[in-house]
Amino acid sequence: MTSDGTPADTVVADEVVAARQPWSHLVRAGEVLTIIDLEGNQAVDFLVYCADDPIERYSAADTMTGQGNVYLTTGTILRSNEGRAMMTIVDSTVERHDTVGGACSRESNSLRYGHHTNHQHACVDNFLQALGPLGMGKRDMVSNINFFMNVPVEADGSLGIVDGISAAGLSVDLRAETDVIVVVSNCPQINNPCNGFAPTPVRMIVTDPS
Amino acid sequence: MTSTSTTRGARDHARAQAAAADERFSRRVPAGGPDVLWHETVEGGNYAVRRLPRGARLNLRDPDGDTSVQLLVFNAEAPAERLNVADTVKVQWQAYLGAGQLLLSDMGRVLMSFESDTSAGHDTFCAMSNRAWNDAKYGDGAAHGDAPNARDRFAVALAKAGLDRRDIGPSVNLFKSVVVEPDGSFSWRGDGAPAGAEVVLRADMDVLVALTVTPHVLDPRTDYIVTPLEIEAVRGEPASNDDAIRTATPESIRAFENTDDWLLR
Repeated sequence: MTSDGTPADTVVADEVVAARQPWSHLVRAGEVLTIIDLEGNQAVDFLVYCADDPIERYSAADTMTGQGNVYLTTGTILRSNEGRAMMTIVDSTVERHDTVGGACSRESNSLRYGHHTNHQHACVDNFLQALGPLGMGKRDMVSNINFFMNVPVEADGSLGIVDGISAAGLSVDLRAETDVIVVVSNCPQINNPCNGFAPTPVRMIVTDPS
Repeated sequence: MTSTSTTRGARDHARAQAAAADERFSRRVPAGGPDVLWHETVEGGNYAVRRLPRGARLNLRDPDGDTSVQLLVFNAEAPAERLNVADTVKVQWQAYLGAGQLLLSDMGRVLMSFESDTSAGHDTFCAMSNRAWNDAKYGDGAAHGDAPNARDRFAVALAKAGLDRRDIGPSVNLFKSVVVEPDGSFSWRGDGAPAGAEVVLRADMDVLVALTVTPHVLDPRTDYIVTPLEIEAVRGEPASNDDAIRTATPESIRAFENTDDWLLR
């Protein structure tokens, strides 16, 4: 119980992910993962896999078609490639999040910013580092979510990562609808505004409301 | 006694079937000479998978105006490298595919490029149907049911190339398009496509192409309607150094530079 007598959610995990680092966690059905953008406009690249069979995994397409909209916000159900609800965004203090822009990689950075960026730290390397111990690898990577990242799609199809709409302390709450493995890259990108050109830490809190 | 009660009878019965078949769906050795690599018509609900050499032109035709194709592309030599739809739209700053654009791999290289396109547009957002989607929409979405879903069809197609369900990433949709409204919602633009539309994709490395011919997930019709896809691939020259698609943008120049680097032997 908290001091005012309301039941306190049990905190299962409370960790700060340093700038540029990967993170993964098993979130059990019913638990809520809160991601806090500690310093503002820090992209959190996010993949999620069904714990009982990771071949069933996040699908950006199923998530977007399931709600008829490209933007992720409060009420969005994160769907698997089999159409199943994996997590629900139960609250978001940022207006919307992206699932179109994918993860940065050394290789795509070389196209976007020049070959000199091929040796910079990028999200795909973080994902591969985190997936390895889980028995997964490159074939298991799919289009991800970018929490706190702003990718407008314009009328003529133009799209791109533009200045963020997040701020210090804003957050997103995700309730697991089944046991899931969350894999995150706290984005190391320094060549576009997704991190305000300066990667910063984020905080991950898993609570059990039951 | 039936005609198939003996081995000889069964053999004659089997051999008679090809002559009686609908020629349109009969795969055959292409008649166009050694430069024709592939000639196949894929009916609605079905799939195809094929390896194509660098330089090949893959002509995908919609003869009846109502086909719908989900496309996956892999590096044939190292299929851990595959189509990355997010990089394809992000790197090119453009979600709507058309002539002059690239299908990019997750390794910053060009798998294929759109040499020409007379279709009414494509879609990079909605990928493919799965069993649950088609069950809900049509009643029976099983791979061999009345309304085959794309994902389970891809599972079989890719298995024939030594790949499996892990390898079914996001696809692009050809011949059916959606647009994104200012509020982020989808608007269907898949009606009224011209019969006879053709997309020509150039293979910019040796590729493994897998495709399904199934209705787009946002097709508003509640009946499972999708007309056949006609495929013809021909041998061709790879992109030259002054190729218009290669030299179109800083991003395309570097994507082809990365591809050239991969091709060094």
